[in-house]
Amino acid sequence: MGSTELKTIRVLIAKPGLDGHDRGAKVIARGLKDAGMEVIYLGLRLTPEQIVEAAIQEDVDAVGLSSLSGAHLALFPKIVELLRSKGGEKILVVVGGIIPKKDFAVLKEAGVSGIFGPGTPIPEIAKFIQENIQEK
Amino acid sequence: MNQKIKILVDRMLSGDKPSLARLISLIERESPEVPEIMELVSPSQLQPYRVGITGLAGAGKSTLVNKLTSFYRKQNLTVGIIAVDPSSVITGGAVLGDRIRMQQHYLDEGVFIRSMATRGCYGGLCKAVEDAAKLISVSGKDILIIETTGIGQTETEITKVADVVVMVLTPGFGDSIQLMKAGIIEIADIIVVNKADIEGADILVNEIRNELKYSTRKKDQLVMMVQASNDIGVAELFEEIEKKRLENNLEERILKC
Ligand SMILES: Nc1nc2c(ncn2[C@@H]2O[C@H](COP(=O)(O)OP(=O)(O)OP(=O)(O)O)[C@@H](O)[C@H]2O)c(=O)[nH]1
Ligand SMILES: [Mg+2]
Repeated sequence: MGSTELKTIRVLIAKPGLDGHDRGAKVIARGLKDAGMEVIYLGLRLTPEQIVEAAIQEDVDAVGLSSLSGAHLALFPKIVELLRSKGGEKILVVVGGIIPKKDFAVLKEAGVSGIFGPGTPIPEIAKFIQENIQEK
Repeated sequence: MNQKIKILVDRMLSGDKPSLARLISLIERESPEVPEIMELVSPSQLQPYRVGITGLAGAGKSTLVNKLTSFYRKQNLTVGIIAVDPSSVITGGAVLGDRIRMQQHYLDEGVFIRSMATRGCYGGLCKAVEDAAKLISVSGKDILIIETTGIGQTETEITKVADVVVMVLTPGFGDSIQLMKAGIIEIADIIVVNKADIEGADILVNEIRNELKYSTRKKDQLVMMVQASNDIGVAELFEEIEKKRLENNLEERILKC
């Protein structure tokens, strides 16, 4: 691919699982927009299958997931696995929300690249995405 | 001939969604491979019927796209959707939020949804959208729905890529002078006054009808009251769009004779 191409990073933000609100996810979406990214905002209460299918059709560079319900150990690895089986293995997966430190290793092992706790400055998240996405 | 592109296009033509998605990205970022891609997909026999949905920001366009898609799917017609939202002039970033209204179709094999940002092409539709529309067309969809950003000065662009243009307005939009100034009446085949549950819908309908009397367009233009989120008037709107599609098919068949 030519190096002259203008590459705008596309990120999908979604909240899998059944828990309540998506205020935090919206703040992240807006922040990444301000960092110059195109954010496809999917909203909440989505299944891993729905999120992955959307990520493929939107051909995103990264997927950002948030969960507050404690279901992250079931949901996040499932999403990574589905991405891999559907041809989205190069899509970066970053997660946020309330995730206990003890679960970090399991999530990383499962293929989650970045884990950001509440209050992480958005430029930090944006920088991580910029530096870790893969050319497809 | 670039082998990678050829493979992607072949896969796309046989209905592979990831390949279609990838090719649209190449178009979006103005890859040097675009001419090659477009050459490989040029004119196909099977053109989908193209429905353009335009109108005021927040008027309920995506909600309507979602509902119309359900009607098409009930008839076993496959649907491609392009939903355009504006890029920020300052950062170039965007929040593309149309998809959120279409969640029920995410897992439907017969539906492909792509969100696109305007990327520095303000007002109307961009070349990238036109090309993406062509790709979705040849990927074997029966219907292509294009949702534009809110009304701008060059909204007439939508007529280039749509067979029928639906303009979505809402009560509280303004008075007849604004309708005139916006120049939106001329391009629409169907004008939808959505959110008819809100006061003032009938007044707006009357004003539009009045304005249409002076419209320079000869063809019949319809004005319809709809409540998209309450499923009121949507079936009727679908019927009218279907009528136009069937007329269109008939005309095409006659032309080919
Ligand atoms: N009261 C009322 N609200 C409606 C109706 N139809 C849609 N809405 C609401 O209007 C809001 C905007 O709907 P969208 O479908 O996102 O509108 P849009 O035109 O696609 O918006 P943009 O793409 O941002 O320009 C949502 O909160 C809908 O639920 C209706 O008939 N009545
Ligand atoms: Mg919309």
